[in-house]
Amino acid sequence: MIRHLLSGADLDAATATQILDTAAEMATVAGREVKKLPALRGRTVVNLFYEDSTRTRISFEAAAKRLSADVINFSAKGSSVTKGESLKDTALTLQAMGADAVVVRHPASGAPHRLANWVDGSVVNAGDGTHEHPTQALLDAYTMRARLGRLAGLHVAIVGDVLHSRVARSNVLLLSTLGAKVTLVGPPTLIPVDIPQALAPGTDVSYDLDAVLPGVDVVMMLRVQRERMGDSYFPSAREYARRYGLDGPRMRRLPEHAIVMHPGPMNRGMEITAEVADSPRSTIVEQVANGVSVRMAVLYLLLGGNNR
Amino acid sequence: MTAYLIRNVSVVGAEPTDLLIRDGLVAEAGAGLTAPDATVLDATGLVALPGLVDLHTHLREPGREDAETVESGSRAAALGGYTAVCAMANTSPVADTAGVVEQVWRLGREAGLVDVQPIGAVTVGLAGERLAELGAMADSAARVRIFSDDGHCVADPRLMRRALEYVKAFDGVVAQHAEEPRLTEGAQMHEGEVSTRLGLAGWPAVAEEAIIARDVLLAEHVGSRLHICHVSTAGSVEVLRQAKTRGVRVTAEVTPHHLLLTDEKAASYDPVFKVNPPLRTATDIAALRAALADGVIDIIATDHAPHAVEDKECEWAYARPGMLGLETALSIALDVLGPQWDLIAERMSRAPARIAGLDSHGLDPAPGVPANLTLVDPAARRVIEPAELASRSRNTPYARMTLPGRIVATFLRGEPTVLDGKAVK
Repeated sequence: MIRHLLSGADLDAATATQILDTAAEMATVAGREVKKLPALRGRTVVNLFYEDSTRTRISFEAAAKRLSADVINFSAKGSSVTKGESLKDTALTLQAMGADAVVVRHPASGAPHRLANWVDGSVVNAGDGTHEHPTQALLDAYTMRARLGRLAGLHVAIVGDVLHSRVARSNVLLLSTLGAKVTLVGPPTLIPVDIPQALAPGTDVSYDLDAVLPGVDVVMMLRVQRERMGDSYFPSAREYARRYGLDGPRMRRLPEHAIVMHPGPMNRGMEITAEVADSPRSTIVEQVANGVSVRMAVLYLLLGGNNR
Repeated sequence: MTAYLIRNVSVVGAEPTDLLIRDGLVAEAGAGLTAPDATVLDATGLVALPGLVDLHTHLREPGREDAETVESGSRAAALGGYTAVCAMANTSPVADTAGVVEQVWRLGREAGLVDVQPIGAVTVGLAGERLAELGAMADSAARVRIFSDDGHCVADPRLMRRALEYVKAFDGVVAQHAEEPRLTEGAQMHEGEVSTRLGLAGWPAVAEEAIIARDVLLAEHVGSRLHICHVSTAGSVEVLRQAKTRGVRVTAEVTPHHLLLTDEKAASYDPVFKVNPPLRTATDIAALRAALADGVIDIIATDHAPHAVEDKECEWAYARPGMLGLETALSIALDVLGPQWDLIAERMSRAPARIAGLDSHGLDPAPGVPANLTLVDPAARRVIEPAELASRSRNTPYARMTLPGRIVATFLRGEPTVLDGKAVK
């Protein structure tokens, strides 16, 4: 097993599949009356969050607790971080406390890579800047496999602000490893032109959402920050929604079996309408539930739970 | 004053000969010299070059003496074979008045290891809003001739035009840090495949090329001298080539790191590889090397940029850009150009001395010229150990790399600053 999970590129097909299979076993725990396994008893998992992200933090927290690990939540607010402590000094502190795994969310791309140089425990990237968010990609893959029965051969459209999206980067890497085809859709200002060469050679790019929809099995809508308007990535929220938002009529262009995903939190009315978000095709709530199972699997496998 | 007899040395790659150094000058040159009072240095296998001249050095004093001082930077320079360095103006306070440039100049004299020639800021506080008192700096004891807001681009075209025109009165030159600021807001590394993969905001090549294109046209329009700092892209080379063909009075420098390292280095997220302009691609490196060989790029300049440990041992985006260069520049040049001694002397000594107007530097060792020279052992190979560098900082991108060449001795006006590879003081 790998020691850290920093990028979707850290996972080969066998390892990714092992995580997804393990997650499926973990999911059965959630259905029990006592939702707890003793696998990581006596191990310490630190959630080191330099950005507000309640949903990701509680997902990791629930995952670690269901495996009986001791969980320490270290949030940048109200800690020594606001006093200007460096990432390295924080890492040395966590190291001295005996952290077996550090789950890190950070606004700077690559911060988890830096951290991995300074701690002995496993580092799990829970989202770094505009770089990657590999456990999100794993839970997305898990959700697709659960709904559609396979990943190889699927055609997935990822729609929106790919340029700034860590979710998109990790998904492109993992989905191509697992044999799915990805088409990135959005305004040209938000799609880096060289993304196929940079990430996965088979990736397609389109600026026309309507043309792409009839041929996909999955459409994944990315959150679009309204602030991007001020930077002239697009003229207005309304124009963005008109060209790249998923509404009812557009959803009906999808094949019958196709599903709609969103990593959350959603901007209802911007990239996705309420009609779509609340429709039976939407997997948005399942993604949250699957997130806990997948993160249990990641922590379990990284911390060598299978060797005990 | 001790005399030195350097035996059996190859002057800029020529057949071995002897050099006698006395009273600050090269007194004699020729085979079989005798001088009973002189200290003899056996230089068999060594190459004598005119002392290297760096047009682009950050010495950090005043303001960041924890990262470098004029003295520690001067020692690093001497160990790198330099006899003169031009100190950039982005100190704290900024070198934008006669007082600050004279302070830096005086500190250089006191250290006595290289000639420290201050560069003056173009605009007050490097703010890019109004001209600093360029004439006062030119008339000061520091005799400033190069003006630069390096670290910042003089982005306002009207201000740049005025600066280019104004410095003609004292044969000055404006050294431009070419970076269109609106195109590089938040930029962290070269914009391309690697930045896309790493999720780091891109610094597009066009942000450099657009400013160079504008400024060669401005320099042509007003008939002034322009120097372009740290050229980093293949596109910039083409703009410069066209301008030079038309006769524009433009000179250009390239750094050692832009000749050797690519943007792939950023994949480690280790900010020791963060620099401005950023490391580019292999295509850019090939174009820069070709331009250095054919003269479109006039000189190698180090952009020696010391930074304290805490400014580099952190997240990439929070780190300060810049890398050390003085103690490794000649080795990189040797690695890139091979033993083309005349070309190395031209690009690292003669041409930068001409651009900077440093009359006593950049002269090949010959009878009657000031004894500013360095002795290189081209056969030596050394492993770069950051802790062994004379700079106060440790941010070398070449840590643990094996590089060719070693500086054995350096002389400043006939006095050794380096002997047997070690600083004399």
